[in-house]
Amino acid sequence: MNQYIVFKIGHDEYGVDISYIRIIERLMNITRVPKTPDYVKGVINLRGEVVPVISFRKLFGYNEIEYDDETRIIVLNFDDITAGIIVDSIDEVVSIDDGNIEGVGDIFGKYNKEYIFGIGKIEERLLILLDVKKILLNEQE
Amino acid sequence: MDVNQYLNLFIDESREYLQKLNSNLLYLENHPQDMETINEIFRVAHTLKGMSSTMGFTNIANLTHEMENLLSEVRNGNIELNEEMVNVLFKCLDVLERYVNNIEEMGIEGDIKVSGLIDEIRGLLNLSTTEKETEDKTISVNEFKDYELNVIKDALVKGFKPLKIQIYLKEDCLLKAARAFMVFKALEKEGEVFKTVPSIEDIEDEKFKDNFTIFILTKRETGYLQQLLLGISEVIKVIVEEVHLNEGVSNIDVSIDVKTEKIVQDEDEINQNKKEIEKNKTSKTVRVDIERLDKLMNLVSELIIIKTRLEGLDTKANQDMVMAIEYLERITTNLHDAVMKVRMVPIERVYNRFPRMVRDLSKELGKEINLYMSGEETEVDRTVIDEIGDPLVHLIRNAIDHGIETPEERQKMGKPSKGKIYLRAYHDGNNVVIEVEDDGKGIDKEKVKQKALEKKLLTKEEILIKSDKEIIDLLFTPGFSTADKVTDISGRGVGLDVVKKKIENLGGMVEVKTQLGKGTKFIIRLPLTLAIIQALLIKVGQEKYAIPLSSIKEIMKIRVENIKKVKGREMVLYRGNILPIIRLNRILDLDDEISNSSRDLTVVIVKKGDFLAGLTVDSLIGQQEIVIKSLGKYLSNNRIIAGATILGDGNVALILDPNILLSEGEMNYESVHSV
Repeated sequence: MNQYIVFKIGHDEYGVDISYIRIIERLMNITRVPKTPDYVKGVINLRGEVVPVISFRKLFGYNEIEYDDETRIIVLNFDDITAGIIVDSIDEVVSIDDGNIEGVGDIFGKYNKEYIFGIGKIEERLLILLDVKKILLNEQE
Repeated sequence: MDVNQYLNLFIDESREYLQKLNSNLLYLENHPQDMETINEIFRVAHTLKGMSSTMGFTNIANLTHEMENLLSEVRNGNIELNEEMVNVLFKCLDVLERYVNNIEEMGIEGDIKVSGLIDEIRGLLNLSTTEKETEDKTISVNEFKDYELNVIKDALVKGFKPLKIQIYLKEDCLLKAARAFMVFKALEKEGEVFKTVPSIEDIEDEKFKDNFTIFILTKRETGYLQQLLLGISEVIKVIVEEVHLNEGVSNIDVSIDVKTEKIVQDEDEINQNKKEIEKNKTSKTVRVDIERLDKLMNLVSELIIIKTRLEGLDTKANQDMVMAIEYLERITTNLHDAVMKVRMVPIERVYNRFPRMVRDLSKELGKEINLYMSGEETEVDRTVIDEIGDPLVHLIRNAIDHGIETPEERQKMGKPSKGKIYLRAYHDGNNVVIEVEDDGKGIDKEKVKQKALEKKLLTKEEILIKSDKEIIDLLFTPGFSTADKVTDISGRGVGLDVVKKKIENLGGMVEVKTQLGKGTKFIIRLPLTLAIIQALLIKVGQEKYAIPLSSIKEIMKIRVENIKKVKGREMVLYRGNILPIIRLNRILDLDDEISNSSRDLTVVIVKKGDFLAGLTVDSLIGQQEIVIKSLGKYLSNNRIIAGATILGDGNVALILDPNILLSEGEMNYESVHSV
């Protein structure tokens, strides 16, 4: 039984394991970093620490939209790698039993499949669960 | 008992003790009569023995045991210390160091052949003990040996009382040695134990029945000591008596001694005080993981940023608020300084290894050299300490090998036969300066010129126009060595350029001053800390960037029409040389700028070694001290950005790495040249 934070991109609902989340922040000033992939929006000052932020929309092939009051940065942490993802809004925290998580086939486009480790079912809702490790290790190579 | 968890502690502590051993041995070499030093060495060997046998490192324990045997004979006055012994002790130290290294690397001490060394020690013991054995027996009739009497006399002068303490343990006491150890441990703090019956070794080996006697010099009251010792479990009886030197003769001795030895003693006392202070220093420290310090540092910089924000708020209306913010400012500044200080380590840590190195090398090369060190207490950032060791080793080796002449040569030149090497460290503004100076033969400029020609680094014409300083600086070119012969120590030509590179990597610089026949001085300047640098803040488009001041040569304006295009590369003439222009906005993936339309371009000229290039910027913001932060692992492969910093308004500004910018420019530049 793991807890997940549910966030929204348009009408799609995503879930991210709460144990990888360091903090959730409102949008703040982002400094662009040149020579980075287009989904890297830049870096923010997170309490004196410089943290890169990624546009979740860009990474997952959505169209980018204007940020608004609901926009949040979820700061993820794995090992000693830290990065934030920008999402449309944060919904709630849910608990999903491991038995209610199904693996993914080819239902998603090939370029974002690897960032997803499964689909979580809560009653009638379906949550796309992120593979945080894969997202964070992406820029490493 | 699982001792693995103590392994790191053991390694750390052993290193500390080996260092102590090293410095004491060096001191002993020059002051062979100094009993205090011999005692100290004995204590260190003893502690090491105890530590290592607890950890199950029997080889170390065995070797230190042998060292102890030798030292205790010296301590008891049975044999006299000579050079041979010091050398053997040094050898032991080397072996111990290797053991500890092995332990650090593999977790086991490994097999190092020490039987020869142990034989050597035993040889020293036998040879000299036989001489004195007969005498020994007669002396043992008296309660105290000569040297012990001396110790007592000294102590009486200083106001210490000699006490005789008899300690009785429970008859069925199981760990007699352990109890005895606790007794010693307790007494250690109260005074100096100078004799035991039976001997310390025998007590440790439990070669006593249920009681032993300790003679101690102390200022404590007898009753206090008695209570103290009775507090140790399984000690059942303690008899403390004052020792009176029986004959009046010795009393007279004392008074005479007072007169003659007073001065010496004062000096001793000072030394002792010094040692005591040092001891206190080490015992009152805490080891802290550097990561925790970084975290603390982060929090402080954040506090400073929020403070700047508070200052910017409109608070004129509220006088109290203004005062409170001023107060906050003072505190944050102090806090910042304090945290920075925590990261600072005295340079002594690096210095420690040099006396030994100079000693060994000068012996090997048949040179006589005194090393003078000053400024050991000068503090530098932890990161600098880790990096500066190798360059200094290089410079000192150079000084010994190439700088200082042999005693004969020196005498011929009318110099004292003993050469001098000075190692100095001091603070100078925001820099730490380290100097390595020798009074040797200096650098021969003509020789350097000749070599430069041979190696085709310069043409004849070029040499004529170069200044003396520029000629000397050739020494820092890779592959350059003026040594006539290559020795083991230096002269392979891999020296000075590596030194220079390392120091530049640390954000510092190195310069040479030399006078033929008089000596050479290398001056290294390093920033106090690597976490904070001076930088120039500039604007490109709407974005702010920082360029480290250390790599900026100058800033100037150039007219757009002066830019020439050579094979698609932009160049301007700058002081008779071609200066490639790097358009920062293009490198930083920004749209072509507004400034394109203006006639003047602001160009920041940056350097990388001898190579220069001009970076175009839109405007200059100013010079500022910045705290360097990493971009984090996620973006670790970004090349042109060296890091980031947080500005007063809380925003992040990126720090450009001119080295990378230039090496990309350099490539283009050369391709232009070859056409």
